[in-house]
Amino acid sequence: MTAITDVPDAPRAARRPQMGNPVLRWLRTNLFSSIPNGILTVVLLALLSKGVFSFVQWGIANAVWLTPANDSSACKAVRGLGACWAIIPEKYRFILFGTYPFDEQWRPALSVVLFIALFYLSTRRALWRRELAYLWIGALALISILMWGGVLGLSFVSQDRWGGLPVTLILATFGLAFGFPLGILVALGRRSKLPAIRSLSVLYVELIRGVPLVSLLFMASVMFPLFMPSGFNIDKLLRAQIAIILFAGAYLAEVIRGGLQAVPRGQYEAADALGLSYWRKHRLIVLPQAIRHVIPPLVNTFIAFFKDTSLVLIIGIFDLLTTAKTAIIDPAWQQFSVEVYIFVAAIYFVFCFAMSRYSRSLEAHAASR
Amino acid sequence: MTSDSPRPPPRRRFFGAWGRRELQGLFWQVLVVGIVLGVVAFLWSNTVTNLSARRITTGFAFLGREAGMPIADSLLAYNPRDTYLWAFVVGIANTLRVAVIGIVLATILGTLVGISRLSANWLLSRLAAVYVETLRDIPLLLQLLFWYVLMQALPAARAAWRPVDGVFLSNRGLILPAIPVGSPQLWVLGTAVLGLVAFYLIRRWLIAQQMRDGKPRPAWPFAIGLIVALPALVSVLLGVSWKIEWPELRGFNFVGGLTLAPEYFALLIALVTYTSAFIAEIVRSGIQSVPRGQWDAANALGLRRSFMLRQIILPQALRVIVPPMTSQYLNLTKNSSLAVAIGYQDVVSIANTTLNQTGQAIEAIALIMAVFLTISLGISFFMNWYNARIALVER
Repeated sequence: MTAITDVPDAPRAARRPQMGNPVLRWLRTNLFSSIPNGILTVVLLALLSKGVFSFVQWGIANAVWLTPANDSSACKAVRGLGACWAIIPEKYRFILFGTYPFDEQWRPALSVVLFIALFYLSTRRALWRRELAYLWIGALALISILMWGGVLGLSFVSQDRWGGLPVTLILATFGLAFGFPLGILVALGRRSKLPAIRSLSVLYVELIRGVPLVSLLFMASVMFPLFMPSGFNIDKLLRAQIAIILFAGAYLAEVIRGGLQAVPRGQYEAADALGLSYWRKHRLIVLPQAIRHVIPPLVNTFIAFFKDTSLVLIIGIFDLLTTAKTAIIDPAWQQFSVEVYIFVAAIYFVFCFAMSRYSRSLEAHAASR
Repeated sequence: MTSDSPRPPPRRRFFGAWGRRELQGLFWQVLVVGIVLGVVAFLWSNTVTNLSARRITTGFAFLGREAGMPIADSLLAYNPRDTYLWAFVVGIANTLRVAVIGIVLATILGTLVGISRLSANWLLSRLAAVYVETLRDIPLLLQLLFWYVLMQALPAARAAWRPVDGVFLSNRGLILPAIPVGSPQLWVLGTAVLGLVAFYLIRRWLIAQQMRDGKPRPAWPFAIGLIVALPALVSVLLGVSWKIEWPELRGFNFVGGLTLAPEYFALLIALVTYTSAFIAEIVRSGIQSVPRGQWDAANALGLRRSFMLRQIILPQALRVIVPPMTSQYLNLTKNSSLAVAIGYQDVVSIANTTLNQTGQAIEAIALIMAVFLTISLGISFFMNWYNARIALVER
C-alpha cells in the first residue's frame, strides 16, 4: 500500500500556493514547469533570438530605406547584408495600381477605401438587414464608375489598364457577390426532390471542386474564346472573373448546404403548414437560419478566395501579385524581389488576418449563446 | 360530427394521378434541363465552327504524335521524341511525386506543430501559433514564388552550402546521398512488402485465435521473420549491393547522389509548410475534442503516457481529424498545379504546353480534369475506407 499512498501527495505539492514574485511564478508555470520543459525553453530562446537578431540586422540595421529616384547602387552595395526597402517607395504606385494612368490613380485608391468600408460595414451585426444588399449594389456600382469612368467628367479607363490591389479586391468581391446567390441556388438544387435538378447540381459541384482552380482559369483564358460566336470577344479580366464566380459558387454551395442541413425539420414542416410556396419558405424561414449557422465557415471560404485570386497571375492578369512580380523585372531592381514579396505578403496578411480574427469572434459569439 | 358528413367527390384531375406539386416539379425540371441543354448546344455549335475555322481536328489522335517538348526534371525516362501520351504520363508521375511526398511530410510537420500549439510550454505554443497564422494568411502562390526566389539566390554549385557531410544546397537544388535502386534492389523491397502483407494477415489470424481462447500469441517473431529476415536472405542470395552513393562536385555540377531540382524543392517546401499550417489546426481541434474525462480516466488507470496517447486519446481524436484531413490532402494535390508558375513540369504544365503547341484546348483540359478527378476519387476512396475503419462502433 505504500506505493499508492505516495500518489495523492504529488498533485498536492504542485498545487501548493506559490509565494513570491508573480513574474517568476508565471515563468515557472509556463516556461520551466519541468526539466525537459526548461531545456526546451532555453533551446527555443536561443534559436529565436538568433533568428530575430539576424532579421533585425538584415531588415533594419543594414537596410537601405531611401535612394534617389531609380538609382539602386546603394542597395547593391549592401546586397546580401541588408534589405533594400528603398524599392518600395520606388515601386509602390505600380505595385498597388498597376498601369492605371498615373494622374488618375486616386480613383483606384478611392475604390480600395470603398471596398474596405464595405467589408467593415458588412461585419456589423446591427446592419445585417435587407438594406445591406442595397448597400452592396450601390457600392459596387460606384466602384465600377470610379474604375471605368467615362461619365461625370471622369476619363474612360479600359480594364486592360487596371492593376494591383483594386483588381485583387474586385476579383474576390465580385466573385463572392455573384458566387453567393449561385451557391444558394445550387445548394437548394442539391437538396431538391427533383432528380434532374439534383443531379445537375451534384455534377456541377463535384466537377468544379474536383479540379484545380488553375485548370479552370486556363479554361477561361483558352477555351472561352472557342465557346463564343466568332467576332464576339470577352475581355480577359471578365473571363477570369467568370471562372472565379463559377469556382466560388461550387464551394459556397457546399458551405450553405451544411447550413441547410442544420435547420431543424420542424422549421420546414411549420413553413409547409403555413402554406408557403417553395421560394417563400426558403426566403423567409429556412435560408435566414441556414446562413446564420454558417457565417464563420463562409468567412473562412472568403479568406480562401481572397488568397486564391492570386492564381490569375498564371493567365497574366494584373492583380496585386502579378504587379509585384512585374515590378521586379526592372533590371536595376531585379535582385530585390524578396523585399517586394514581403511587402505584398504583408498586404495580403492584413486582409486575411482581419477576416480570420472576425471569423473567430463570430465563432466565440456563437459558442457563448 | 365530421364522420357523418358526406365525403366531397374526388376532384377530377387533368393528368390522372398527378397533382399540382408534381406538375410544378416537372415544369421546373424541364425548364432547367432545357436551359442547360440549350446553353451547352449553343456553346458546342460555336466551338465546332471555331475549331473548323482554325483547322483543328478534335479527338485524341494528337496523343500519338511526337511531343517535342523538353521535360527537365522527371521521374520517368523521357526524351522530346516521345509521344504526347508519354509526356502526359511523365507529367502525372511528376504530380504524384510532389503530392505523395508532400502529403506525408505535411502530415508529419502539421501534427508536430498542432501538438506544439497545445504544449504546456508557453513559448513553444506561441511560436506554433505564429507559424500557423502567418502561413495561413498569405497566398500559397506568393509563398511559392518567395521560396523559388530564395532558391535561386543560393550560392552556385562551387560554393554550395554543406549543412551536413554529403548534403549540398546550391542554386542547382538540394543534393542528397542516395542508394541507387535498380531491379535487384526492387526485388528485395518487393519481398519486404509481401512480407508485410503476410504479417498483417497472420496477425489478424492470431488476434482472432486469441479472441476465441484468450491465450495471448506473440506476433513479433513473424514480424522479424517476414519483414526483416526474409528480405535480408533474398538480398544475400542475390548479392544485392546497398552501397550509398555520395554526391561530389565535378566541374560545375554534381555527380551521383539524389538531386532535388530547385523547382521541385521550392514547390515541395511551399506545399508542405502551407498545408501543415492547416493540418496543425485540424490536429489541435481533434485533440481538444477528446473530453477531459478521458485523460483523467487514463491517468487514474495509471497508464503510461505513450500508451495513453496511442490507445485512448488518438483513436478518439482521429474520428474528428480524418474527414477534414481528407480535404487538406485533396487541396495539396490540387495546389500542386501551381507548379506551372515556377516551371516545374507537372501534368497541368505539360497540358498547358501541349495546348499551346497543338491548339487542342478541349482535349488538354479534359485530360487535366480526368487526371485530377481520378486522383481526388482515389484519395477520397482511401480516406473514406480509413474513416470507416476508425469510426465509432456503436452498440
